Amino acid sequence: MPPLLAICGFFLLCGIVLILREQNPWEFYTTIFISGFSSFDEVGSVLFNSTPLIFTGLAVAIGYKGGLFNIGCEGQLYVAAFAAAWVGMHLNLPSVILVPFCISAAMIAGSIWGAVPGFLKAKFGAHEVINTIMMNFIALAVTNFLVISVYREPDQMAPQTSQVHEAARLPRLSNMLPFLSQSNLLDASFLIACLCVLICYIFLKHTRWGYELRLVGNAPEVAEYGGINPRTVTVWVMALSGAIAGLAGVADVMGYRHRFSDGFSSGWGFTGIAVALLGRNHPFGVFASALLFGLFTKVALDIELILEVPRGLFLAGQGLLIIALVCMEGISKRNN
Amino acid sequence: MILDLIPSTLRMTTPLGFAALGGICSERSGIINIALEGMMLIGAYGYVVGAHVSGSAWGGLGIGIGLGIVLALLHAVATITFHAEQIVTGVAINILALGIIEYLVPTKERVPGLPELKLPIIGSYSILVYLLPILMVASHILLFKTPWGLRLCAAGESTEVLKTLSLSRAKWQYFGVILSGILASIGGCFLISDNHRFTEGIIGGRGYVALAAVIFGNWRPLYSVTACLLFGFATSFELTNPWAIPEQLIKIFPYILTMIVLAGLVGRSRPPAALGKMEP
Repeated sequence: MPPLLAICGFFLLCGIVLILREQNPWEFYTTIFISGFSSFDEVGSVLFNSTPLIFTGLAVAIGYKGGLFNIGCEGQLYVAAFAAAWVGMHLNLPSVILVPFCISAAMIAGSIWGAVPGFLKAKFGAHEVINTIMMNFIALAVTNFLVISVYREPDQMAPQTSQVHEAARLPRLSNMLPFLSQSNLLDASFLIACLCVLICYIFLKHTRWGYELRLVGNAPEVAEYGGINPRTVTVWVMALSGAIAGLAGVADVMGYRHRFSDGFSSGWGFTGIAVALLGRNHPFGVFASALLFGLFTKVALDIELILEVPRGLFLAGQGLLIIALVCMEGISKRNN
Repeated sequence: MILDLIPSTLRMTTPLGFAALGGICSERSGIINIALEGMMLIGAYGYVVGAHVSGSAWGGLGIGIGLGIVLALLHAVATITFHAEQIVTGVAINILALGIIEYLVPTKERVPGLPELKLPIIGSYSILVYLLPILMVASHILLFKTPWGLRLCAAGESTEVLKTLSLSRAKWQYFGVILSGILASIGGCFLISDNHRFTEGIIGGRGYVALAAVIFGNWRPLYSVTACLLFGFATSFELTNPWAIPEQLIKIFPYILTMIVLAGLVGRSRPPAALGKMEP
């Protein structure tokens, strides 16, 4: 119930802002509808914008279920994207081998970036929140250094690497689905995201590891009595979370830009927190709320173009939406 | 060469120092404050608007601090009154501040800076540069030597102590969080006062560096501001960069240092015992 309330509040707030701007709020709502749902192409764009958020949302949710706060998704997806781009540039292999190679490289890079704070927590009790924040900045600086000083595309000013090989690219879905126009950006990483949602659901619900993860998240003492070492779980949960966050980098490098481009993520790692929160950390909930945030991203651009409402409105609204959600959660927790 | 670095070091340290003192006030009272970045940003925005409209730097400082308080109040109401998850609220406030700036688009015109004070030998600096060491010592004395500060710290050390003294823990926490809003927004104001105009990404992660300094300095004003001085020196070193060290390497120095200290490999950082805990 609270998530629906928060979403309604969000749209109501937007309407009020529009009235304050002396614009017609109905125009705003209809623009949202047209921009998001009026054709298969629009829906495809929404799904395209949702894809990285599905990954970061799942990453945060998995961490949260294991009692850990991964706000380092941003850094994890950057190192992962770089790893994918590096493999995609340097290995010239057939697609069936190269694509899994790139994806594995990205997941490994992301999981290392996640495992470090996990290890520091397990071994020294250092809070993972601070360390993931620090690792974010380190990831940004390291990839920035690599892309500017070592792997910059020759004779180009832009801070980006050369393109990855043709074989390392994920196909666009418009090649397979006739109702999408050729310019539609939706690519196969969306299918990977859907698969990932299913796997996470089965993993959490029906496997031993998923059980261990939830037990450590809910009652670490009980887990310890049950013969589970919470410290080991902490490390692998952070690694897993980092690996999933890394897939958001894969989506950008292999599905969209076909290269590592500095500053490519518009805060997906942080939006992932909102996505997980709104989806109540359930894989299917995360999927639904990622679609909503994908819609926000897509619509914010159109609203800016058509109604000249700065897209900051959606960002500010997102902030308020999160605050409203955590407040409602806090109240219900206190009342119980 | 080192002497050339002094002015830029002081200018780099000042915004960090104010934000770090703010972080200490909030976290000593038991409320985690990831929102320093957003509070600095809103302070910077307030300064630009206030100084642009009123034509005076003081107007800018006033509005900047005012907006900082508003944002801090939001954090306080959510976390203290409604028991909202403190880290998520902090992240959300940073997003909110960023959204507000993107929505309201501050003017890029030149605004007046705060008055400078010229001292022999040291040179001429904004008054906020001189205010920082004074506030640092003052907050050390206030926090650790007065009943007032001991109560604030007690709120952060235990969820029960203040209740047994029939004092309100929430009241002291509100106080700590609002102080953090004031101080962090002054840090943001300084950046504009020094720069004379708003540029995109002007805060540039300084709120998080300040947070690192709080931890690095073990939640103590004297150590934390010293850590800011170290980080400020590293930043100004990065700007002059005499030995062609990659700038990104210098940039990550505060973060790596903080991770090492937090792991207890060098010294031990001990957060307030009831940091982030609410009474059930």
